Amino acid sequence: MSEKYHNNFLKEVEEMVEEGEWVKMCMQCGVCAGSCPLGPHWAHPPQEIFMMIRAGKREEVLRSDSMWMCTSCYNCVVRCPRKLPITHIMHGLANYAHRLGLSPKNQPTQQFATLFWNNLAQTGRVNELKLSLGIYFKDGFAQGVKNAMAMQSVGLGMVKAKRLNPMELFGGHGVKDKAGFHAMLKKAREIEDRRKNFA
Amino acid sequence: MADMKVAAYICQGCGLGDRLDTAALAGVAKKEGKAALVREHEFLCNAEGVKMIRDDIANEAVTHVMIGACSRRAKTEAFGFTDVAVSRANLREGVIWCQPETDEARETTQEMAEDYIRMGCAEVKKMTLPEGNPAAVTERTVLVVGGGVSGMTAALEASKAGYKVVLVEKSGALGGWAAKLYKRSPGKSPYAEPQDTPVADMDAAIAADANIKVYLNAITSKTSGSPGKFEIEISTESGSTATEKVGAIIQATGFSLYDANNLPELGFGKSANVVDQAGLEALAKAANGGAIKRPSDGGEVKTVVFVQCAGQRDDTGKHLPYCSGSCCSTSVKQAMYFKDSNPDIDTVVIYTDLRMPGNGEDFYRSGQNKGVIFTKGKVSSVEASGNQCKVNFHDLILNDQTAIDNADLVVLATGQVPNSGVDIDTKLKADIAAAAGDNSLLKAYNASQVEGAVQPISVLNLTYRQGPDVPQLKYGFTDSHFICFPYETRRTGIYSAGPVRRPMDMVQAMEDATGAAMKAIQAVENAGLGRAAHPRSGDLSFPKVRLEGCTQCKRCTVECPFGAIDEDEKRFPVFNESRCRRCGTCMGACPVRVISFENYSIDTVGSQLKAVDVPDEFSEKPRILILACENDAYPALDMAAMNRNVYSAFVRIIPVRCLGSVNTIWINDALSSGYDGVMMMGCKHGDDYQCHFVKGSELASYRMSKIGDTLKQMGLEEERVATFEVAITDIERVPQLINDYAAKIQEIGMSPLKGF
Ligand code: SF4
Ligand code: SF4
Ligand code: SF4
Ligand code: SF4
Repeated sequence: MSEKYHNNFLKEVEEMVEEGEWVKMCMQCGVCAGSCPLGPHWAHPPQEIFMMIRAGKREEVLRSDSMWMCTSCYNCVVRCPRKLPITHIMHGLANYAHRLGLSPKNQPTQQFATLFWNNLAQTGRVNELKLSLGIYFKDGFAQGVKNAMAMQSVGLGMVKAKRLNPMELFGGHGVKDKAGFHAMLKKAREIEDRRKNFA
Repeated sequence: MADMKVAAYICQGCGLGDRLDTAALAGVAKKEGKAALVREHEFLCNAEGVKMIRDDIANEAVTHVMIGACSRRAKTEAFGFTDVAVSRANLREGVIWCQPETDEARETTQEMAEDYIRMGCAEVKKMTLPEGNPAAVTERTVLVVGGGVSGMTAALEASKAGYKVVLVEKSGALGGWAAKLYKRSPGKSPYAEPQDTPVADMDAAIAADANIKVYLNAITSKTSGSPGKFEIEISTESGSTATEKVGAIIQATGFSLYDANNLPELGFGKSANVVDQAGLEALAKAANGGAIKRPSDGGEVKTVVFVQCAGQRDDTGKHLPYCSGSCCSTSVKQAMYFKDSNPDIDTVVIYTDLRMPGNGEDFYRSGQNKGVIFTKGKVSSVEASGNQCKVNFHDLILNDQTAIDNADLVVLATGQVPNSGVDIDTKLKADIAAAAGDNSLLKAYNASQVEGAVQPISVLNLTYRQGPDVPQLKYGFTDSHFICFPYETRRTGIYSAGPVRRPMDMVQAMEDATGAAMKAIQAVENAGLGRAAHPRSGDLSFPKVRLEGCTQCKRCTVECPFGAIDEDEKRFPVFNESRCRRCGTCMGACPVRVISFENYSIDTVGSQLKAVDVPDEFSEKPRILILACENDAYPALDMAAMNRNVYSAFVRIIPVRCLGSVNTIWINDALSSGYDGVMMMGCKHGDDYQCHFVKGSELASYRMSKIGDTLKQMGLEEERVATFEVAITDIERVPQLINDYAAKIQEIGMSPLKGF
């Protein structure tokens, strides 16, 4: 349980979230909130998220879909007078919430990120075709067909421009040493878990 | 003085020779200006030209010099003759630079120049060379009232500059507010950690300084005299009285904390665990670097809440309406007391705007780095329950009505109340209104003086007829010219420094005190030479009064912004030369016109405006008189001309020391001699005044508000006299004002009073 306006949750963020030690340095000027192109679309712009962390609103922050809305445009980072790596903190918070299983269930950015990661982690290379299809069909077959039809011309254009290989549907390319790649990912995760005390 | 001999010099340089018929100007100076000697020169300000004038003074017994060249603000060194009276006709900025260089404009441009020559000749004949005050004396000692950090700094700085200091402190020790602190907010790079206060070091330095004489447990019970020769009575607690003679005074009486007892809603007085900033310093001093204990039971402190702006920036009228500008930094420092002893203590600063002047921003960051939580919010109440307090507040970022339930300590940042003595302004305002026939303010004032009401205690106990302390501006802070002369009070030779002047922190107070010490030294030296302080620095003239004509109306005494005039037993005005700033407000006020300066008088200006050649009604050439303040409006006009901003050729400009010095007789004279309009240009007045003589332009506008009747009697339209506020930067606006006004005069038509 984190107490209101006490340091518990702030400390947790500092320890567990990438670049989390910057949160205390925010001076609440609101420049990031005003600079973010997605600003009007999220419940809590970065300024508010940082204040919520300091106010000890653990559940509200970690269950929020706000940080998932960040598109990594870096507008805020460029403008923040306190030089906070806001973008990284947003991703760090999203990642932390996801690992705790607190992130909102059907958040599209999260779904895409999961698909992307799983896709990439398999072979060490992104399989564009499977990735696109995975996205199109994530809400069921009928919706998938609709999505695919809507995107048809883009898809064909990419094939023509040799950016999309239809053959990828059957296997696809990958890194040379797949086993080594997987071992590497596993090790990285272990190190990170140890550092952050994840079970 | 020998017989007057006027010489007029006309310069042909800077394009004057091309644009103007200088031979004709010389003719005007000779015939109409009655100059005994007239010379033209192709480059008057060069060595040869200046030598020519010098030779005439030496060989031709010239006593009065009229220079027709550039503005009186230019070439002041070349034409700064100290042995003759000098007037300047502004042909360059005032004529050729502000008029279009076209054939059509030639005639009106020449007319303008000829008028300025007539005016210059008329003026100089009415001037005499200021002789200075032969009785000028000075005491090279500075009195510092108040022994806090400001006062100690002022004393040490004055002593370092070689002056003796008398330092009077009410309490039993030096140090003031700073002595109550455990540490101070940082005053030097990297502005990250609280520092030791300078009290001990300064105390030792003062003890070791033979120039500084300290009176403890003492007050200034009487201050009489004037700069250079103040006499001070110092009464000590033991009942003894000492007398000191000093040349200048610095009032550094500091502030008191706003009384937190006025804030029961914030829990003060209800829980021992709610303290003000002084209370927390006392706790920190007692802990001396160890853990600060909870006052109610000596328990461990785990959570501290700082409430910023407690009883400050208040718009309900109950508390201080202003920001004290130093308490945010103090709270950051105090939060560090906790964080530095134990980082696990939660410290929350609840602020609406965190204001960290100077290098405070670095200190703020350092506080954040140490884990102090800052939250933008407004505290509504603090409830005590047991050994803890609940702080209810509105989180302004999250728009959340919320609370911190378990604060062990709550610190209220209550802010600074100046120790400035008696508010004499209310009475002064009432007196001015009464002198102008409005008694309502005076009645209200007298009603407020009911017996038994607590009156504030005077700090200086001045024997001035204007009241025992220096005037205040707002909220009790001493008045000071915050733009140009920040330490200046409206009592010449008396300077105020530190938080008595405006709320400030220690860094600013020390700078302030240093500045005030330098100004005090200047005042001491000026007094010895009989010279004016700024803005008329060095002026040797001072008001002379023809007492035979004086009607003892007291206007001069009341209106002098600097309290320079006392009254004798017969209620005649007594001018204290070294208190006088030479603004001329007294001259403007005197209804019987018996006050004048050697180089500036009713006649010097009156004769100028009468010297102008006013064309008849059918000429379609109106004449507009501009009386322009020499501090801002006149330079603005000069600079407008430098930028070749053109304005109407029908104006004739006379610089005045201050609009306050404008006597209504000038307006009457101008209108009755056929001018079509009078523009008065002075500095902004009001609480954010820019008037260099503080009250001059305000008094002028007050007087002018009453001129309507006169105009009516003369059968003239109201618009024929207009007052404008002009800043020195108005170089685009000022020509526009003139042109608009000229257009308006065109509209209402020529004055019917021409040719009488
Ligand atoms: S980087 Fe993210 S949070 Fe920052 S402005 Fe862009 S979208 Fe908004
Ligand atoms: S721009 Fe930076 S300092 Fe300002 S609110 Fe955003 S994160 Fe905080
Ligand atoms: S010139 Fe100004 S300062 Fe001097 S006595 Fe007159 S009003 Fe006062
Ligand atoms: S204003 Fe003039 S008449 Fe009145 S007291 Fe002063 S000097 Fe005398």
